Amino acid sequence: MSTTAVVPATLAPPPQGAAAPTRHLPFWLGAAALGVALFVALRLIGNEYGYYVGYFILQYVVLSSAWNILGGYAGYVNFGAAGFMATGAYTAIVLRKATGLDLLPGIVAAAAVAGLLGLATGYLTLRLRGVYFSIATLCLAVVLHTLVVNWDYVGGSRGAYIVRPREVPPFVSYGEYLFVVMLALAILTVGIARAVQHSRIGRGLQALRDNERAAEAVGVPTLRLKLVAATLCGALMGVAGAPLPYYSGYLNPEAAFGLAYAVNAIAMPLIGGVGTWAGPVIGAVVLGGLQQAATVTISSALNLWIVGWMLVIFVALAPRGILGWFQGRR
Amino acid sequence: MDPDLQLLLNGVVSGLLLGGLYAFAASGLAMSFGMLDIVNIAHPALMIAGAFSVVVVGTALGLDPLLVAVLQAPLFYVLGIGIYSVYHHFFERRGEEALQGLAFFFGIMFIIEVGLVMAFGPEQRFLDPPYAFVTLRLGEIDVPLRMLVPMLLAAAVLGLLLLWLRSSFTGLAIGAVAQDAEALRLMAIDPVRIKRLAFGLSVALAALAGGALVVVQPVEPTSGQIFIGRVFAICIMGGMASLPGCIAAALLFGVVENVTATFAGPSWSPAVAFGWLLLMLAVRPQGLFGKAA
Repeated sequence: MSTTAVVPATLAPPPQGAAAPTRHLPFWLGAAALGVALFVALRLIGNEYGYYVGYFILQYVVLSSAWNILGGYAGYVNFGAAGFMATGAYTAIVLRKATGLDLLPGIVAAAAVAGLLGLATGYLTLRLRGVYFSIATLCLAVVLHTLVVNWDYVGGSRGAYIVRPREVPPFVSYGEYLFVVMLALAILTVGIARAVQHSRIGRGLQALRDNERAAEAVGVPTLRLKLVAATLCGALMGVAGAPLPYYSGYLNPEAAFGLAYAVNAIAMPLIGGVGTWAGPVIGAVVLGGLQQAATVTISSALNLWIVGWMLVIFVALAPRGILGWFQGRR
Repeated sequence: MDPDLQLLLNGVVSGLLLGGLYAFAASGLAMSFGMLDIVNIAHPALMIAGAFSVVVVGTALGLDPLLVAVLQAPLFYVLGIGIYSVYHHFFERRGEEALQGLAFFFGIMFIIEVGLVMAFGPEQRFLDPPYAFVTLRLGEIDVPLRMLVPMLLAAAVLGLLLLWLRSSFTGLAIGAVAQDAEALRLMAIDPVRIKRLAFGLSVALAALAGGALVVVQPVEPTSGQIFIGRVFAICIMGGMASLPGCIAAALLFGVVENVTATFAGPSWSPAVAFGWLLLMLAVRPQGLFGKAA
């Protein structure tokens, strides 16, 4: 009994950027230049806290861009961001404990494990209405939390330590190294999200978001596209989590499955503007920056509470997010 | 008697009692999610909000938790009407239930949870009525009043609700709005008014279930999280829009979960809920009692 307006979905052009052929080179050059500029600026400031803030915001850029691939492009809401992120973090810990491999192999493994988890969840639930997938992801985080608490190998509820090296050669500190890793991951994720948006996959996802039946009728392979998106979304969320144990040197289930990740992964894209690659980036920078500034003055619970209110107010009053304000004016 | 058998028998009986609580918790969701097609993922959080308000008011006035739960139910009915009005105005009317509406309820859930943490701290709260420490013994089977009394309230409330849904005009209209809101309009009934009323009732049911939960076990602000899997699994198992189906599914679920907890350890019970949910979605999304779609 959906009241969604029937749009001739696959025929309608995607919101923007479709008129001109997608140019990838300027984007990558611009992103690389921005990355170098950020790096140089922080090196000049030379304060560890700067790297901390940078890492904090960039991990949310990765997380919310990942969410947007399934949530924004296809309209399938993933509530389990904290679960996928913790999967990535604990994959990195297990890999370290079992084989002694370092952060970078950990990121690759995290992507593989979290991606498989996304695929499996999607395979079981994506054939049904979207809400079932959302409910399943909501419970997935709770169950993974239970599993990790009961799993002694990774420290159970006591948590696990990772001894991080003091520094990695070309960088002045380990904080800077982690920042650069996260910066590279963020650029890569945003690039993937952008490429997906302008590809056949992205167009198909947009079509099925607008009207799944119509999309199916004109030959869009909806289930396959949703599974690709769910896998990609899970994998990138795992990537966002993999450096987490290295970042803090210690990880317990409470931190890995934190409420902050669950709410921010949804609030940031929705506040920035869903459906385009730029929205989650804007949301992550604005909301992440605000939270980082606010933690200094108010408690973290109040901080999260405000994020919750912002989410509710934005989806009610500005369903197209911050990006929508500018598009409306044009 | 064989100790294993006795353990199993006790597990089944207390599972049925636990299932009564789950039926209480899931019946409101069967109304909102099942009948009205409103995916209220904040339902368990509202239940915990009801539980905390029962603890606070009951402790302050020295009243029985179940009595407080019944007395405060109208307030939660009004709260539910408020939530539905906002939801309808901003999302349902615009046809934006899928993404924005879901995010809205997620936000509500989050605001309630974090609000409770800020107001009461993360620790457990309890309010034990005097009968909570009494256990009846029927032969080999223990029946703790802590479980039995809330179940009697659940049975009474759900019985009345079922009777009302079956016999009153408004009750029948709630059943009808699930099937065809437009047809309801043709009968000169405003479907929005009916949905508002039914959603208010579902939130009142959540708060009543919260009161029952206080008698059964201590509550903490995040207690709602483990109920999400349970109530949605039960709701889907029961065939979504059917209250009797929901009650039967809840009793079955309570028994399975409790027997698992007895033999495998209580820390596995959330995994049971999730396993059932996934299994239901993968194999029989129309529910145990529903017809094939």
